[in-house]
Amino acid sequence: MDFAFLIDTMQKLLAGVPLTLELTFVSVAIGAALAVLLAVLRASFLPCEWLVRAYVFVLRGTPLLLQIFLIYYGIGQFAEVRNSFLWPFLRQPYWCAILALSLNTAAYGAEIIRGGLLAVPQGAAEAARVSGMSGFLLYRRIILPLAIRQALPAYGNELVIMVKSTSLASIVTLMEVSGISYAIISETYRALEVFLCAGSIYLVINFLLTRAIAQAEAWLNPHLRPATS
Amino acid sequence: MATYFTLIGFGPNGWGWQLAYATFLTLSVSACAFATGLGFGTLGAWAKLSGSAVAGRAGDVYTTVVRGIPDLLVVYLFYFGGSQVMTAVARMLGQQGFWGLNGFMVGTLAVGIVSGAYQTEVIRGGYLAIPRGEIEAARAVGMGRLLMLRRIIAPRALRYAMPGIGNVWQQVLKESALISVTGLAEIMRQIHVGAGSTRLPFDFYITGFMLYLMLTTVSGFAFRGAEGWTLRSERRA
Repeated sequence: MDFAFLIDTMQKLLAGVPLTLELTFVSVAIGAALAVLLAVLRASFLPCEWLVRAYVFVLRGTPLLLQIFLIYYGIGQFAEVRNSFLWPFLRQPYWCAILALSLNTAAYGAEIIRGGLLAVPQGAAEAARVSGMSGFLLYRRIILPLAIRQALPAYGNELVIMVKSTSLASIVTLMEVSGISYAIISETYRALEVFLCAGSIYLVINFLLTRAIAQAEAWLNPHLRPATS
Repeated sequence: MATYFTLIGFGPNGWGWQLAYATFLTLSVSACAFATGLGFGTLGAWAKLSGSAVAGRAGDVYTTVVRGIPDLLVVYLFYFGGSQVMTAVARMLGQQGFWGLNGFMVGTLAVGIVSGAYQTEVIRGGYLAIPRGEIEAARAVGMGRLLMLRRIIAPRALRYAMPGIGNVWQQVLKESALISVTGLAEIMRQIHVGAGSTRLPFDFYITGFMLYLMLTTVSGFAFRGAEGWTLRSERRA
């Protein structure tokens, strides 16, 4: 094994980690906000429910790569888009990738949050209403904590998937970890070694992420902790 | 609208035949990858359930590593690494020149191995859901291992695993789009080529959306039917 090459590759790949993390954080932040909005809309009146259903159906039924391509290459076909104030953003691969990743995770997230909301026992909400809570207070104190606790394991999986999905941004020329890997592979044709380095970077990120999610789960479920005497 | 239909239609200037063939390729590469994944998944589940420490550890490493890294990297590994290995093997056998795996084989292997990791957990869950009493009963009436696998374990595990297996299929169908990076002319690749050569990217990508939605929806119904079939002895009022 050529350790000098491995170390050199590792250094080059680590330079892409900030972009990988940035893509993940920004699109998860936007996507999560959008997911809550979609979940609430879906639970509201009928036309909204059907719109959200259609949105989720389309975004979950097609490959993310195609969604990125539609946004990056597709919508520039229209002169209206090219002349609009959005064009300075939509012509950049970075914002296209962020937009596609956010819209995609919002669709999966909306379903996860919906599942969490459905799992809140009726009795808990009723008890809160009886004791005089309503509206925002009810959501903040009772419904959301219970729903988040229920949805967190599934949402954790979605976060891991998002870290992996950012690799597709490399296909629209972004040089995050996968993009740099591709460049090194096509330069040196040493796929195995590069794969080893890039793979371990993603594994470490995802390992730390799953640890953090497990911590958050333990914190949100105080009633499941073992009794301390 | 009329121009759109000539564009994607089967006329002399239409892309209909190419798109139809691309859809066929997506379906066949997905089917091959899915079958490969079922094989790897069965092996993985067997390794994890075998009780042997070595096999169990190997199964854990397989599912943890494969589920923790992007699928695109796995496709690159097989695409570029495959030619690395094949050329070396060919040189050992006295053949000169460049050898590689074609896109179809890369896709089948890469997506197959990735989906196999998810399939491992699905199949393992299915097996663990079988009530122990049924296996004991099968042993008590004197069934051998193979007969018990065929008559009791496989049908029972399938019943519990079927919804998960359907999810993995949907995932395989969507992941097959990544194989476009090898140049295999499946839907994603064909759409991209069409978008480039006609300069009508939006029309083509929207067509791609519809083709994938059609595949995921129709196969979703098929899997729901299969699920009903595995549950046929459990229908309740």
